[in-house]
Amino acid sequence: MTIGDSGKGIEVEGLVREFKNGPRAVDGIDLNVAPGEIYGFLGPNGAGKSTTVLMLTTLLPPTAGTARVAGFDIVSEGPRVRSAIGAALQEAALDPLLTGNEHMRLQTALHGIAKPERERRGRELLARVGLSEAADRKVGGYSGGMKRRLDLALALVHRPRILFLDEPTTGLDIQSRTALWDEVARLAAEEGVTVFLTTQYLEEADALAGRVGIIDHGRLVAEGTPAELKAEIGRPTVEAEPRDPEDQPRVAAVLERFGPGAGASPRGAAARLEGGESDLAEVVRALDAEGIAIERLQLHAPSLDDVFLAKTGRSLEGAGEAEEADTGETEVVEA
Amino acid sequence: MTGSRDIPADGRRREGGAFRAIALAVAWRSVHNFLTNPAFFVPALVFPLFFFVAFAGGLSAIAKAPGFDFPSGYTAFQFVFVLLQSAAFGGVFTGFGIARDFETGFARRFMLAATHRGGIVAGYALAALIRAFVTWTVLTTVALVAGMQVGGSGADLFGLFGLAVLVNLTATMWAAGVAMRVRSIQGGPLMQFPVFLILFLAPVYVPLALLSGWIHTVASVNPTTALLEAGRGFISGEPVTVALAFALAVTLPVLFALWARGGLKRAEAAG
Amino acid sequence: MNSTLRTQVGQLAHRSVLRTLRQPAQIVPALIFPLFLLAVNSGGLKDATNLPGFPTSSYLTFALAVPFMQGALFSVMNAGTDLARDIETGFLNRLALTPLRGAALLSGLLAGAVVLGLIQAATYLVVGLTAGAELAAGVPGAFVIVALSVLITVGFGAIGLFAALRTGSGEAVQSLFPVFFVFLFLSSMALPRNLIQATWFRDIATANPVSYLLEAFRSLLITGWDAKALALGFGIAVAILAIGMFAAGSALRTRLVRT
Repeated sequence: MTIGDSGKGIEVEGLVREFKNGPRAVDGIDLNVAPGEIYGFLGPNGAGKSTTVLMLTTLLPPTAGTARVAGFDIVSEGPRVRSAIGAALQEAALDPLLTGNEHMRLQTALHGIAKPERERRGRELLARVGLSEAADRKVGGYSGGMKRRLDLALALVHRPRILFLDEPTTGLDIQSRTALWDEVARLAAEEGVTVFLTTQYLEEADALAGRVGIIDHGRLVAEGTPAELKAEIGRPTVEAEPRDPEDQPRVAAVLERFGPGAGASPRGAAARLEGGESDLAEVVRALDAEGIAIERLQLHAPSLDDVFLAKTGRSLEGAGEAEEADTGETEVVEA
Repeated sequence: MTGSRDIPADGRRREGGAFRAIALAVAWRSVHNFLTNPAFFVPALVFPLFFFVAFAGGLSAIAKAPGFDFPSGYTAFQFVFVLLQSAAFGGVFTGFGIARDFETGFARRFMLAATHRGGIVAGYALAALIRAFVTWTVLTTVALVAGMQVGGSGADLFGLFGLAVLVNLTATMWAAGVAMRVRSIQGGPLMQFPVFLILFLAPVYVPLALLSGWIHTVASVNPTTALLEAGRGFISGEPVTVALAFALAVTLPVLFALWARGGLKRAEAAG
Repeated sequence: MNSTLRTQVGQLAHRSVLRTLRQPAQIVPALIFPLFLLAVNSGGLKDATNLPGFPTSSYLTFALAVPFMQGALFSVMNAGTDLARDIETGFLNRLALTPLRGAALLSGLLAGAVVLGLIQAATYLVVGLTAGAELAAGVPGAFVIVALSVLITVGFGAIGLFAALRTGSGEAVQSLFPVFFVFLFLSSMALPRNLIQATWFRDIATANPVSYLLEAFRSLLITGWDAKALALGFGIAVAILAIGMFAAGSALRTRLVRT
């Protein structure tokens, strides 16, 4: 049996998921992920990321639209899709009473891996994620990072061509997160695995993803490489901190001549430069002309948060929490 | 400055006011949740009624056994057991609620707000008692409608329900002590099992005199037996072992209040 | 690649048995609680044997049937809460992403119930007989008792699986305990049906299938070989199993809406 057509990635057209008496969690998404690509799916809590993943992994039928994963239709060819994909979903989905080895044994057997191969494959994957020493301990005693690594290893037992990772590093410390990033990058680069990664962390999308799709309220609001998306916004931010704190309003007034105000440190002021980086020299001259002594001057390149802000009027970080308090009216949250 | 009510004349008055305030707040929340959540309210009513119906209805033939001569009939005989059982389990279920509050972190809210933390435990106990009164009202009404004979006077019935109040308080203090030590709903069986044991190793189905063997031996030393016999004496109008029963019923809540206080200190130390 | 049904059932059964054995908190109450009640009730209700028409002079023998039914209650809870935990943790989704078939999942999950049923039945029988209960049907009767007990445990376990799949919540499964407890009480648990005085109670006990399960056990303990009682008991046990599996299968199809 072929495990998917290795020439095909993920093709989604007009995907919709409606819940009874609820909002449209996914409201008509179109996207394409090429084989071997790492695609970052970025958005705040409640944006529709996990619902999209559940549909693409055949665990939730769509209300409308179509999608093909590894060349198979997610509705009519569910079993074939499942044989071609691996998934580490939002919960680590482990049995606390089983050991790492026992999880491997179960997963390899359920995927029909031949008996002689099961143990070898299990050992190889556990070693790859750094869990060899803990393999005989019950998962209930694992740390959060260890659980995530085991989760990833289990998703790879049957050598899937496409890997779905739903917020894989949420709640992990920086070392665990970096280790997971390294493994994901290696899978894509060395084994050609297509990775569909959902995250609410900007730096994760920036670090890993070749292309990023930004989802908000169930819709794709932006798509492209991180560099392309940032260039679209195109406006760097200059931040200046005066030596005398009482000069702060004067600094703000000067900067505002070059573009709208932006978030700054408590003692400084910032503005987006309408004219781009080339305006920096003018900013310095203007501050000098006003006789303001500057302690610190910084130029910030746009971030994916800036992209999100530009597209939705809200900041990505904190947008999810704001949505939870939403009474149903759209609320613009100042960046 | 705020009103003079907030400025006590002496430290003790502030403490008493604070104790009462937190106790009433905790009790209000507990009773409110109980009355507005069918998941809490319904089992608390249904279970005692069910036991009453099952024991008094299903086992009524036992009253025909030789030597069984309870004057008020088997319905009244079982009513007393079910009353005390519901009192005890009401306290245990309060303990479940306390454990849940600690597990979810809600109890920390009380701990932060209360200047006198003993008021927290008092509040839970007050709530347990209010909930028990609701249950007893329904239970007693059903028993009377079912034809239960009451041979006792008003004073006797006051004594019966007084015993039930003290049993409820004892069980609440026991369960609270466990809950505050374990601080997790996993402590549920630990709260429940000893109470179950002590209730059922007593003359549940027949009087003590009709028990024999090991169960007679155990029941003879079980404090529940004295409480049951006194309660059954009250309802039939022929009080027995009243002094012993009330001595136990008053001592046990005091002892278990100390147990609960120890639990509170452990919870405070754990943060 | 695909795994055979036998491999799937085997793997899940293995996991189910491991999980059961690694949770003493599931096994110990299931053994101790019914035995405790047996001791209390056989002591407290001894005088019932003096009632005219009581089928035996040993209330212990009469009451020994009850732990087997109480054990079935624990099976509902244990099987149900284990599966509910799998649903809550997302482990069921993990299984759904494999070629696993629904029938294999249910059968495998019940393997733990079979093991628990065997342990329970053997324990109740050994303790009861040691304490002085009679077994009119002799050694062959003991095997039939164990077989009936396991059948009932698995049947009730299937009901627990249905509850878990329907609700997806361990707490909801546990809230069923009182419901089943009621079924047990409103039966010929404490007295034979013909000696229950209250007509309404007797009528309920007559309509309650649990009464016939109890009476099947009692027939082996008190009478010996009563074909009618055994046929009724086994028939009802099989019916409970069939209904439980059907309901669980249907709930699984709804829960696992994978395409």
